[in-house]
Amino acid sequence: MATFQFDFVGPERTVYSGPIEAVQLPGIEGEMTVLPGHAPVLTALKVGVIVINEAGHAGKRVLVRGGFADIGPTSVTVIAERANPFEEITPESLDRDIAAVELLRDATTDFAKKDELNGQIVQLQDAKVALAL
Amino acid sequence: MASLKDLRNRIASVKGTQKITKAMQMVAAAKLRRAQMAAESARPYAEKMSQVLGNLAANLVGGVQGPKLLSGTGSEKTHLLIVCTADRGLCGGFNSSIVRLAREHIRRLTAEGKTVKIVTVGKKGYDLLRRQYRDQIIENRDLRGNKPVDYEFAAEIADSVIARFEAGEFDVATLFYSRFRSVIAQVPTAQKLIPAELPETGATAPDAALQFEPSEEAILDTLLPRNLTVQVFRALLENAASEQGARTGAMDSATRNAGEMIKKQTQIYNRTRQAMITKELIEIISGAEAL
Repeated sequence: MATFQFDFVGPERTVYSGPIEAVQLPGIEGEMTVLPGHAPVLTALKVGVIVINEAGHAGKRVLVRGGFADIGPTSVTVIAERANPFEEITPESLDRDIAAVELLRDATTDFAKKDELNGQIVQLQDAKVALAL
Repeated sequence: MASLKDLRNRIASVKGTQKITKAMQMVAAAKLRRAQMAAESARPYAEKMSQVLGNLAANLVGGVQGPKLLSGTGSEKTHLLIVCTADRGLCGGFNSSIVRLAREHIRRLTAEGKTVKIVTVGKKGYDLLRRQYRDQIIENRDLRGNKPVDYEFAAEIADSVIARFEAGEFDVATLFYSRFRSVIAQVPTAQKLIPAELPETGATAPDAALQFEPSEEAILDTLLPRNLTVQVFRALLENAASEQGARTGAMDSATRNAGEMIKKQTQIYNRTRQAMITKELIEIISGAEAL
């Protein structure tokens, strides 16, 4: 199967770089899977899980909390401030993150913001379930 | 002339100092390597970020007016200077050269009748600037000791700058830091943050096929603050590397100077000792001759 170049950069390090077959991204307007030859799109990402499918390997999963994906026909670049590969997170660390977001949600009075933070909590809980599997 | 005991004491004291400077130099060299690595691993992120931003802005040209972070407020009356220095001294001219550059800017802006506000990051910058510009410093932050620079800290600074900008406290923001060119060369640099200075992306024609989710403006709105954070983060990283580089150099020459001093003092010590022996001999001999 054809592959394309995938770069995943965080502010402190490069999380992933290499040729892959497909990547699943939590786009702000819905989950999307990118295959080689995708039309150019620049999309914001919400909190969620990125699944990287390397050639001949099972998906590698990375939790992101917001960021951008620059999608082109031959390359995809994800820019994310906070990214944790699944090997690095534990249910406990997720619980702490969820608690932190809940605190933020309870502190704000802005409804749109509350909504957004609620969405984040749901995504983090989903990630926790996915981690347990 | 100093007595032999005084000379011995002085030599011992310089030797002690030399040991300290030597140790500081080695510690700084080790930290420098780490700081350089951190700066390097942060580079791809900053590059991709400015690439994406450059693409976006190229698409924006001629069309809609960009957000204020990109285009500025339209006036230039109040300037915010963000001066990043180290928390510690003993690193040659590192802190003072950044502060000197900032001072020149302040003087020029004040001469032009503009209002200047200052945010200092790092204890030394605050110490050096507060005597002269106490009332203009609106915020100062410490680097929290020796911890490696983290992104969260840069985000805090950037967020507070953006909050002030949105509250209309200033029109133009400039960041002062020391760019790390090599171990022996650190260049104090002033970089404009707001309005954002965009990198030239080779003037690629607007990519008409590029789609945006959700919308171009929305993406730009979230991308610009992040870009600001990245710039601050990079400045802090460069600063950390520069600081250690400057300290390595300063401590190296201090060690060398101490070595020279020891050599000179030892020479004086030996000469004095010999002179004393000679004098005593002459006294004995002339005493014997007199008999």
